[in-house]
Amino acid sequence: MANKFVQFNNVSFRYDEEAPYALKNVSFSVFEGEWLAIVGHNGSGKSTLAKLMNGLLFPEEGDVYINHLKLSEELVWDIRDQVGMVFQNPDNQFVGTTVQDDVAFGLENHGIPRDEMVERVHEALRHVNMVDFLDQEPHHLSGGQKQRVAIASVLALRPKIIILDEATSMLDPRGRNEVLEVVRELKNKENLTIISITHDLDEAAKADRIIVMNKGQVYREGLPEDIFMMDDELTKLGLDIPFTTKLVKSLRENGYDIPKDILQEEKLVDYIWKLKQNI
Amino acid sequence: MEIKTKHLEYVYQKNSPFEKRALYNINITIPENSYTAIIGHTGSGKSTLLQHFNGLLQPTSGEIQIGDLVIGSEKKKKGLKSIRKKVGIVFQFPEHQLFEETVEKDICFGPMNFGLSEEEAKIRAKKALKQVGLNEEFLQKSPFDLSGGQMRRIAIAGVLAMKPEVLVLDEPTAGLDPRGRTEIMDMFYSLYKQHGISIVLVTHSMEDASKYADHIIVMHKGTVYKYGTPREIFDSPEELIKLGLDVPESIRFQLKLEEKIGAQIGKQPSISINELTDNILSYLKRGDIQ
Repeated sequence: MANKFVQFNNVSFRYDEEAPYALKNVSFSVFEGEWLAIVGHNGSGKSTLAKLMNGLLFPEEGDVYINHLKLSEELVWDIRDQVGMVFQNPDNQFVGTTVQDDVAFGLENHGIPRDEMVERVHEALRHVNMVDFLDQEPHHLSGGQKQRVAIASVLALRPKIIILDEATSMLDPRGRNEVLEVVRELKNKENLTIISITHDLDEAAKADRIIVMNKGQVYREGLPEDIFMMDDELTKLGLDIPFTTKLVKSLRENGYDIPKDILQEEKLVDYIWKLKQNI
Repeated sequence: MEIKTKHLEYVYQKNSPFEKRALYNINITIPENSYTAIIGHTGSGKSTLLQHFNGLLQPTSGEIQIGDLVIGSEKKKKGLKSIRKKVGIVFQFPEHQLFEETVEKDICFGPMNFGLSEEEAKIRAKKALKQVGLNEEFLQKSPFDLSGGQMRRIAIAGVLAMKPEVLVLDEPTAGLDPRGRTEIMDMFYSLYKQHGISIVLVTHSMEDASKYADHIIVMHKGTVYKYGTPREIFDSPEELIKLGLDVPESIRFQLKLEEKIGAQIGKQPSISINELTDNILSYLKRGDIQ
């Protein structure tokens, strides 16, 4: 059995005592090295989950474990060393005046010696293909480039988990692809665990596993193929199905028995082509 | 109300070492009661262009005509205030601009700022709230207790309360969940169809552009690359792809399938999933590949 890297055991949370529960009795695990997508309507509790994973919030009831450490005031800094977060707005997460200063900021806070710091900054920027921008001012970068620098800043601290909290939702399609490609490469090379909180169903379709949140609870978890077979049920939850799933559905309604679980466009192209050969 | 530009040019920080030409040779017409989508890369000049539509920016040469008012490069144009009532701009993440204690006060702020009495403004607030699909119970709530999607609607209601004739929307669905996105896009469409408001939509979503707009403007490197109906624009998808732009998913899929087959499957690119389905069905039913 794979190592459970993140574990939520019956976690409940409210923003204040009079408010309704933002999360109610939530349990799930994230395994080492997997890409987990968390989807759900606005206000379903997705971002609250993320904030509970690095101690920006603490559970009211239940326990959160990160790499077998129980989240608590005492261990919060040990946990934050392992969990890097990238937020939605690229303009809200810069502190340095140049790209390299920005990436170095977290390392300085950790008292890393200068030589090592220089090395780590370079390494992190290399990973996100931003080494050529070392001395640039962050506000001159495109949205996608800014988010890649934000990822480098997180990466320099050598986390085990990276959480993307709608990190691509303010980017244009090109920027979104840049960021997702960089993260995918990193995950494969560095054995990182990726948790991506997203509204982009096509992005979620490429994850290893999906958790669907609804009204502060885990509604369903499973492989992308299984989740998107929920179809109308997802629409009722305020979500949608990816384009390929819609096309399969439309062709099935016209009498072609195409397997419901095809998610990749290439596979559907092949399937239609083969279907033609056999007619 | 019609908006029309003639050789519009805009240069940031003109006559300084930092001079940068953002727009040039823009000649467009946005007819009365139309739905226009503007697409293009980040940095193609979309945002600079839309700031001309209500006089936030004045051309550095050429001119823009908004209704009866012509704005050229001359200093300090008068009459901009009346233009700003008629052309409402909803910027990205407009909910960040909410600031009042109650929804009602927030929506009333704009109309009262333009000289309406409190009573009149309140009547407008109620109506605007209804237009964005929220009921009167919201009036006395704090905007900050609402969900992201609701806050965005309140911010849009604040613009609608000015009774604009043209509504300019800069990426209005960014950050919303799929249902919120559909609801808000359908709402704009009904404002266009039922209330006669012109919509100018700046978007990265080619699906939205092809589904809702009757005309599309493609911006590239500071000028208009192409103008036409969705059908005309997406009729040569390779051209858009070359510019690094997306095409609707249905066209992207069709191109992949045609590459695999080595032949075209339809007379024209499919701008909707229904068209794509029809094209695939006719391909599957056809005896021979052409």
